[in-house]
Amino acid sequence: MNIAEYKGVFVFAQQVDNKLSGIALELVGKGKDLAKDLGTEVTAVLVGDGVKDLADELAAYGADKVILVDDPELKEYRTEPYAHALASVIEKYKPEIFLVGATAIGRDLGPRVSARIHTGLTADCTQLEIGDFPINPVPGKEQLHNQLLMTRPAFGGNTIATIACPEFRPQMATVRPGVMQKAPKVEGAKAVVEEFNPGFTPDDKYVEILEIVKSVVDTVDIMDAKILVSGGRGVGSPDNFKILDDLAEVLGATVSCSRAVVDAGWKPKDLQVGQTGKTVRPNVYFAIGISGAIQHLAGMEESDLIIAINKDETAPIFDVADYGIVGDLNKIVPALTEKLKAEMAAKN
Amino acid sequence: MKIVVCVKQVPDTKGGVKFNPDGTLDRGAMLTIMNPDDKAGLEAALRLKDQYGAEVTVVTMGLPKAEEVLREAMAMGADKGILVTDRVLGGADTWATSQTLAGAIRNLDYDLIITGRQAIDGDTAQVGPQISEHLGIPVISYAQKIRIEGDSVIVERQFDDRYHVLKAKMPCLITALAELNEPRYMTPGGIFDAYNAELTVWGRDKLVDVEDSNLGLKGSPTQIARASDKVRKGAGEKVTLDPTEAVDYIVDKLKVKHVI
Repeated sequence: MNIAEYKGVFVFAQQVDNKLSGIALELVGKGKDLAKDLGTEVTAVLVGDGVKDLADELAAYGADKVILVDDPELKEYRTEPYAHALASVIEKYKPEIFLVGATAIGRDLGPRVSARIHTGLTADCTQLEIGDFPINPVPGKEQLHNQLLMTRPAFGGNTIATIACPEFRPQMATVRPGVMQKAPKVEGAKAVVEEFNPGFTPDDKYVEILEIVKSVVDTVDIMDAKILVSGGRGVGSPDNFKILDDLAEVLGATVSCSRAVVDAGWKPKDLQVGQTGKTVRPNVYFAIGISGAIQHLAGMEESDLIIAINKDETAPIFDVADYGIVGDLNKIVPALTEKLKAEMAAKN
Repeated sequence: MKIVVCVKQVPDTKGGVKFNPDGTLDRGAMLTIMNPDDKAGLEAALRLKDQYGAEVTVVTMGLPKAEEVLREAMAMGADKGILVTDRVLGGADTWATSQTLAGAIRNLDYDLIITGRQAIDGDTAQVGPQISEHLGIPVISYAQKIRIEGDSVIVERQFDDRYHVLKAKMPCLITALAELNEPRYMTPGGIFDAYNAELTVWGRDKLVDVEDSNLGLKGSPTQIARASDKVRKGAGEKVTLDPTEAVDYIVDKLKVKHVI
């Protein structure tokens, strides 16, 4: 492998139902930063059936170039044709970095592609930067520059590790949704769009989709919420989440929860914050009756403002809370709701 | 039908973790369990065995101590256990691990390979799909229901807001979620038999179609630049207040931060 041949930062622009996923724009934003550090461009790889129109949106959020792989075989996500699309793009265009979202799609697609082209893949990254490897000079070992340093939590959030891929290209990472920032939107920005079709020939590796069942509940994605009112086992019962609902309503917030609440069957999984749920970084995170297991903290500690209410003063949630109140949530939360209602009424 | 299940012995991360000086995990120093998603995969295989009749072979890669998870699997009802262990396999990333397991599985007949979605130590979810790629078979990740129909497997595959019902021709690899089922307990007779059962132990020489340059730490494209205990942001204020004071306190903070 001639590493010097590999140039440019590529990102997989995930779309579902011909709508770009949030992660696609987050990756374009991060890819643009990395490209700037490397003095190169960010290219979005758009894969689907009839998705050309999405190229303008990618451009508006910072993509310099869009490679479009458009084919009827790519209408719904399936591992094999999508892996073929990305592997073919990598073989033809030789990017030095390739980023994929750590979504249910990306965490299936990324490994398949990296195995096909023989390169390293770092899973579920929360931080990406350009730097040296080894980070500090080691006698007798060449220090390589302009390497992608990929940082991720591991071992249940107990540690963080920074990974490099010095001898193979592209340097691939899946990136946790909700962590990287989109670039500001520039209306009317245009990207160079290049169409590329490597040809798709179905074989036994093309699985057949018999049925697609969409979730019936139309819930707000907790990853998009500006304010989250999050409840844990300490809330006591599914009925008692009513006091959280009331608080959320007056603040225009969304209710989320900890894993214990999902395991108890009180709330659906898509409201779960944490290592095995979603990573959130709202402006305000209320942690109510949440003790703060390390796996939970991993999913919310980047929130701008964390307010915790818990009766146990030793709860680990207080280690990350900006403001921690030791007290009875059953008394504080309803009273807070009433007070906020009065404040809002006085303001209007 | 022949089913291969890949399992991993993992540190119980609830008890904290310890590292070697080179940044890799000191697996010898921690309590271990069978990885939860793998256990669900094993249970899924055992249910297929109960329903359709199957021979279930469990494969693990690890230190000699990893034979414990094979015995546990056999006590649950697996038929055979294979431990892939060799000094040259140490320090493997997901690429080298998947190369190793694929090299071992090439010795076996299989209709279905089941792995857990991800292990609780690495949380990568990469090894299952990478094995399928090396073996040139289809993969269905995130399985929430599995059934067999003729020479095909039909799987409900979970996505964020939907699931797909997928049909793949066997052989096929499936990755299982811990939510898939409630794994059975070991039976007393099973435990007794499992602890007397002969396990198969394979070293490097048994791996088929794998280059030395793709094994262990040397065969791993990814390298650890730095590993450290997580630095958490410091705690802010913690106050103990009666409810009325608490409410005033919170409202005051929300005002200061321009939330309201």
